[in-house]
Amino acid sequence: MRRMTITEKILAAHAGVKEVVPGDLINARVDIALGNDITAPIAIHEFKKAGATRVYNRNRVVLVPDHFTPNKDIKSANQCKILKEFAIEHKLTHYYEGGEVGVEHALLPEKGVVAPGDLVIGADSHTCTYGALGAFATGVGSTDLAAVMITGELWFKVPESMKFVFKGKLRKWVSGKDLILHIIGDIGVDGALYKAMEFTGKPIESLSMDSRMAMCNMAIEAGAKSGIIAPDKITKAYVDKRAERPYKFYSSDPNAAYSDVIEYDCSKIEPKVACPHLPENIKNVSEIKNIPIDQVVIGSCTNGRIEDLAVAARVLKGKTVAKHVRLIVIPATPHIYNEAMKKGYFGIFLKAGAVISPPTCGPCLGGHMGILAAGERAVATTNRNFIGRMGDVKSEVYLANPAVAAASAVKGRIAHPDEVVRS
Amino acid sequence: MKFKGKVWKFGADIDTDRIIPARYLNTSDPAELAKHCMEDEDPAFASKVRAGDIIVAEKNFGCGSSREHAPIAIKACGVACVIARSFARIFYRNSFNMGLPILESDEAVDAAGNGDVLEVDMDTGDIHNVTKGLKHKARPVPPFMQELIRAGGLMESIKKSGRVR
Repeated sequence: MRRMTITEKILAAHAGVKEVVPGDLINARVDIALGNDITAPIAIHEFKKAGATRVYNRNRVVLVPDHFTPNKDIKSANQCKILKEFAIEHKLTHYYEGGEVGVEHALLPEKGVVAPGDLVIGADSHTCTYGALGAFATGVGSTDLAAVMITGELWFKVPESMKFVFKGKLRKWVSGKDLILHIIGDIGVDGALYKAMEFTGKPIESLSMDSRMAMCNMAIEAGAKSGIIAPDKITKAYVDKRAERPYKFYSSDPNAAYSDVIEYDCSKIEPKVACPHLPENIKNVSEIKNIPIDQVVIGSCTNGRIEDLAVAARVLKGKTVAKHVRLIVIPATPHIYNEAMKKGYFGIFLKAGAVISPPTCGPCLGGHMGILAAGERAVATTNRNFIGRMGDVKSEVYLANPAVAAASAVKGRIAHPDEVVRS
Repeated sequence: MKFKGKVWKFGADIDTDRIIPARYLNTSDPAELAKHCMEDEDPAFASKVRAGDIIVAEKNFGCGSSREHAPIAIKACGVACVIARSFARIFYRNSFNMGLPILESDEAVDAAGNGDVLEVDMDTGDIHNVTKGLKHKARPVPPFMQELIRAGGLMESIKKSGRVR
């Protein structure tokens, strides 16, 4: 029997075959199909145009209006209404709005909708986040989503896998976000094009689920089809109290074939910043001198989880946001919002002068709730710093982890957390 | 399918936010999206581009978001096809699914300059730079994708498979 990677095993199982080889074209069963308020309207249009009247499984088609919600304008409201009407008509179990909706890639793992061993597609490029649970998860477009809504299946080309092996001990203030930024800085925004990125090694095995999700979330920023971390006891502790279906742990065979194996020594990895206008423009925070900022965003499907808010609170405790800097904190889901409130983080944020936003993708994609003017500069814990991503085409976004973002808010310039927190 | 049109040349890593900025994603109307195609790269592009023109770009065209609005905007503003050194994978899939012809060719990208006239034969992958008198061959479209095109795209092939309920 061929030795396979975790990705190949999940794909083979969902295609109903014993083994697959990179390059194989397979038709695979999809466990969960996701759409949001930007992508689902086109999928629903295609669904109807094809004459479809039933979704393949009302428990497996998931609609999360999270991008321009709470509805930012009339056009967005109309898009969201398309999702709502479809969800009601087809009695979808997993449709969220109002006080139930959160950022999709934080919400689905939290609710136990996605589980280890799943094959998940989402009409959103950051669907790859669920690789953190040991699932194969990839972003597709609206037409692919429509096809899955009808048939429950989709074609895939089995990707080659790239193995990233981390060694050594994580340094202070370094999180999953810094590890993935380090990789993207090393291999570039198309360094993993069409491939599955597999993150391994001792430091990964002790990484929290929130940090694992931040890592897998940005696999797409290296052009990858998916990112994945083999599930373990940390995964089990997370999913046992959540998964709504039986799940299965897969792992790579020893000596499975990889297109590349790349090793990194964590003891050399400092907190990172991705400078404008590509996520591959990586620098150490300590290398960046005196870059004044206008706004800080802490949130998103990358870093809007409880661990992220906890570290931000640790940095901001007893501090004040610099004059003329707007700090916007966006807990990614209602549950995270409630947790942060109970743990007292909101008090810290408000005292520091932050704005606390309801869960939304909002400013990450320049939607609403914190748009930049021409010439303005932001530090964000989000995932993209493309030209015009958070607002005016002449604005700039620097990507960083929540500790760096919080420290920068206090200093009014890009700053290392050690400059703010005395240890 | 054959096209003849004028080249609009773009650089590397043109992301989907530059193809169609997210601030316009509160609609999926192709005509509306077309008005803002490539706006953050070249604000006048949508008003200057003519039906049948061809986008030629460096590597990793269409990286970033999964928004199908990107190929929709390109097609709706009249662009006949996109030739790039390479495409980001979701953009590649989306283009086939919604019917925007795309080809990969290093030589054609190397040779083409802004305003050059190209003749493109999608079936054979032949690219003729009429302005420079050069002939190139695009990387062959995988047979599976060709079948998908012949079936009229993904949704047509699903309809034909009888799986629509």
